[in-house]
Amino acid sequence: MMQLNCPWCGPRDENEFACGGSSHIARPGLAASDQVWGEYLFFRDNPKGVHRERWRHVQGCGQWFNVARHTVTHEVLSVYAVTDAPPKLG
Amino acid sequence: MSAQRLKAPAGAWIDRSRRVTFTFNGVRLTGFQGDTLAAALLANDVRLVGRSFKLHRPRGIYSCGIEEPTGLVDVGRGARRTANVRATLIPIHENLVAQSVNCWPSVGWDLAALIGGFAALLPAGFYYKTFKWPSWHLFEPTIRRMAGLGRGSGQSDPDRYEEVAAETDVLIVGGGVAGLSAAVAAAQAGAKTTLLASGAIPGGALGWRGDVEATELLEKARRLGVRLHSRTMAFGIYDHNLVCACETIMPDGSDAASGGVLRERLWKIRARAVIAATGAFERPMVFPDNDRPGVMLAGAAEKYAHAFGVACGQRVVIAANSDSAYAVAKSLRDVGVNVLAVVDRRPPAMIRADSCDGVRAIAGAAIGSVSGTRAVRGCTVIPLGGKPERLQCDLILSAGGHAPTVHLHSQAGGKLRWLDESAMFVPDGPAPGMASVGACAGVFSRGAAADHAAEVGNALARGLAPPPAPIGGASDERVRGTMGRGVSGAGRSLPGTHVPGTPGKQFVDLQNDVTLDDVALAARENYRSVEHLKRYTTTGMGTDQGKTSNINALVAMGECTEREPAQVGTTRFRPPFSPVTLGLIAGRRVGALYRPRKHLPAHAWHEAHGAWFEDFGDWRRPAAYPLAGESLEAAAQRETAIVRKTAGLFDGSPLGKLEVFGPDAARFLDLMYVGTMSTLAVGQARYGLLLNENGTVMDDGIVARLGEQHYWLNTSSAGVDRTAASFEEWLQCEYVDFKVAVTPVTSRWANVTVAGPRAWDWLAAAGFDPALAPDSMKHMTLRESALDGVPLRVLRASFSGELGYEVNLPADHASALLERLWAYADRYGAALYGVEALQVMRVEKGYIHIGTDTDGTTLPGDIGFARAMDRKAAEFVGRRSLLRPAATDPDRLQLVGLTPADGKTLLPVGAQIAASPPPALTEGHVTSSYLSPELGRPVALAMLTRGSQRTGERVRVHHLGTTIEADVVKPPFIDPAGKRVHG
Repeated sequence: MMQLNCPWCGPRDENEFACGGSSHIARPGLAASDQVWGEYLFFRDNPKGVHRERWRHVQGCGQWFNVARHTVTHEVLSVYAVTDAPPKLG
Repeated sequence: MSAQRLKAPAGAWIDRSRRVTFTFNGVRLTGFQGDTLAAALLANDVRLVGRSFKLHRPRGIYSCGIEEPTGLVDVGRGARRTANVRATLIPIHENLVAQSVNCWPSVGWDLAALIGGFAALLPAGFYYKTFKWPSWHLFEPTIRRMAGLGRGSGQSDPDRYEEVAAETDVLIVGGGVAGLSAAVAAAQAGAKTTLLASGAIPGGALGWRGDVEATELLEKARRLGVRLHSRTMAFGIYDHNLVCACETIMPDGSDAASGGVLRERLWKIRARAVIAATGAFERPMVFPDNDRPGVMLAGAAEKYAHAFGVACGQRVVIAANSDSAYAVAKSLRDVGVNVLAVVDRRPPAMIRADSCDGVRAIAGAAIGSVSGTRAVRGCTVIPLGGKPERLQCDLILSAGGHAPTVHLHSQAGGKLRWLDESAMFVPDGPAPGMASVGACAGVFSRGAAADHAAEVGNALARGLAPPPAPIGGASDERVRGTMGRGVSGAGRSLPGTHVPGTPGKQFVDLQNDVTLDDVALAARENYRSVEHLKRYTTTGMGTDQGKTSNINALVAMGECTEREPAQVGTTRFRPPFSPVTLGLIAGRRVGALYRPRKHLPAHAWHEAHGAWFEDFGDWRRPAAYPLAGESLEAAAQRETAIVRKTAGLFDGSPLGKLEVFGPDAARFLDLMYVGTMSTLAVGQARYGLLLNENGTVMDDGIVARLGEQHYWLNTSSAGVDRTAASFEEWLQCEYVDFKVAVTPVTSRWANVTVAGPRAWDWLAAAGFDPALAPDSMKHMTLRESALDGVPLRVLRASFSGELGYEVNLPADHASALLERLWAYADRYGAALYGVEALQVMRVEKGYIHIGTDTDGTTLPGDIGFARAMDRKAAEFVGRRSLLRPAATDPDRLQLVGLTPADGKTLLPVGAQIAASPPPALTEGHVTSSYLSPELGRPVALAMLTRGSQRTGERVRVHHLGTTIEADVVKPPFIDPAGKRVHG
């Protein structure tokens, strides 16, 4: 079980959080083509390496935040706000 | 008499003044306080303890600890009977009851042992190859009955388990000299330090020696404030240094108070750094019939002699592949046991000249055969190239070298390397977040282990890199120059403990009856990867998880495939290190706490008024209020009829309730709902659908406006948490500039609903404000009101199709309001009604229930909301998905009403609609179905392809071999003009 550092509550066990999947997915408007809309709905990167994803501290403050996590080692490289741009890592 | 109790002072852990009587296979035996069951059985010369898993061969005690492969017993009585417990881990106590496993009618005369006679027919993969035609499932029940070892109690566990979370700077696993040294050093460096020891007595593998140094270290650790947990076995290390450990409070087989005791405690410890000091297992020698009772690990025999004062035999032969054999020989000789010879597999050049010390060593030799079936009577020694020699012995000890317990290191992602001179896998540098010390790091020399462990403890306490373990000899770059060759003290061993080409049944895995021949067969059939070897032969499975078999199996596979052990590698070590009870994992999450039920604020009131409760999602709700002798269905029919005729009282408190505030609340709700909520006037209410981004209908409910910046939302009971979470996600992650707050208030507000033609009369009689009367308060409006100072939010809405008032009020006033209203019920001939009656009424009215009539494919257009969407040009969640070609396909399933053609037969929910009986392409299915008391015939809702275009058509409904003809109609079934809701 991982430990995530909630920006509001500090380090807590993974089972207090819910993962919301990939971050930084732009939502297309109504005018978007079926192709673009389909990619927004269903297509996600599945990297072996750093993945930027959003988590919610469900059993705590209820806040969403972003995490940059290595999918092999589960190392958490960065925790940053939902509204922040993805950090440049190594 | 071969095994027997030794005279004092042998037996450091037993108290000879306290005799303990216990029962094994119905025979009363005695031992001493401090004995394990295994020690006490050996002291009573019980050699035959159980029968093996596959071949039903006689087996005895093989080890003195957690690695025990054969000494499995069922212990305890009644509900506390525990199956397949290792006899080496059970402390005996007065009246302990234990039984052999896997034998019938008795361990001595076991019918299934006849299988052993056909052993040649039962090679690895036998079941896979034999029982495949015509189908494995034909044979499975019989084979499953024959398989398995002990028997469980068949009753639920009467005891309790609990869970504790803890955190520490440095966590040490292992209470030996290395672990204690690391703990003391870490604590001295100022770290918060915790130490877990699996045994009752810290001191590690050699604790029985009454070691002065270990005792001093223990005292020092206590003084420094190290948190010490004994009887606590770390069974796994998980992400980010979370170590899980099981603390045994009451061992298996213990007598316990009725009503249950605390049996085990799960520790979840988050550590900044972890130090594994878990020691090593002894590696068995492989030779023909090396599974006979009376063959056991050398270190175990030594421990039985010194810790428990038990000589496991009187005439001992030691099969050796390691210097440790000679130390055991001397140690046994010291307590008066006759060691006949050490049969050393290694060539003379590998044997240290000073080690023999008067013990007869037969170098370059192996055991060629063992005589005795239920107990060892002798063996033949075959010197390589020499003449066989027969030895009369009653105990054969295996000293095949050691295998460091690298499980935690490997679980943590650490790599292993093969240390050729000692024939063992050792950690290849530290694993992330942890380091290994002592024997589990390959450091067997006591002084070197203690020094290295202290350095590691100090370094990790200070957040520095741990120093490498002093192993690997001069050829290793990392230790050259600072430490000399042989510092590790592991000695020299050969990879193979057996002599290739020796005939006979030579067991690699005693618990799973896997022999060298099985490994060779796997190699021939190309199951050469260790992972395949394990699954094909089952070596390394079971309660011991290959603790004694792992290295021998992969060495044998290497020989068969001409590979070095390092090339063969090991199977991946996964948690748990040792079996963990399901009780420990479940903890307190059992019984009523498994899935806590939600109760209505007026639960007791409903109970007192005859409610029949059922589970609806997490809620316990009145399904109906049956009269004496009345069925649930009949009660629902009666209640429905009363509501339609006069009035009924319903508790709708589980209805989901959210309040949405803020300057952007209206704009936000327009984005969330299919309906437009910004155009609602204050006091108005509107029905709305909630979609996800796929356009799928997720929930529905009524939205009312309480103020310019304040909305009151009802959702389904089951959907409120999901909806609240979804709103939060949109607000926090997408519409981040919106000034909106969402507050779930479901449990804050109770909902008391009065419905029926006399609903208002009833409320008026009970004293409700006349301003709420139907002529001044319209359908789909909400008023804030009060009754005797209690604030009310009264919504005129209806799920029954009748005039309806949903009275929301603070939850703690729910019972009082129900009581107050109920006092007037007789005046109107009114009744309480439950969820069943509500279901009947909403189906009569053609109202959908999300999740019952809809599923994960239902779009708003499928349930009659195409026009609502056409009217709303603006964006909302899921709208773009509704423009996809699939969303506008005319063949989609659409909501329809169905009535049986015969006017009598209830259409079963889930029944398929198709032109011909199955197998046929389905055209849809029945989603809701009830008998309408008003119409006197069944009515149903269904999803039907092109349903909206098929009104009047006759369709066929198929259910379990019967076909029912039904007519497609347009709901609602009653009051199509919807006049009744207006009172």
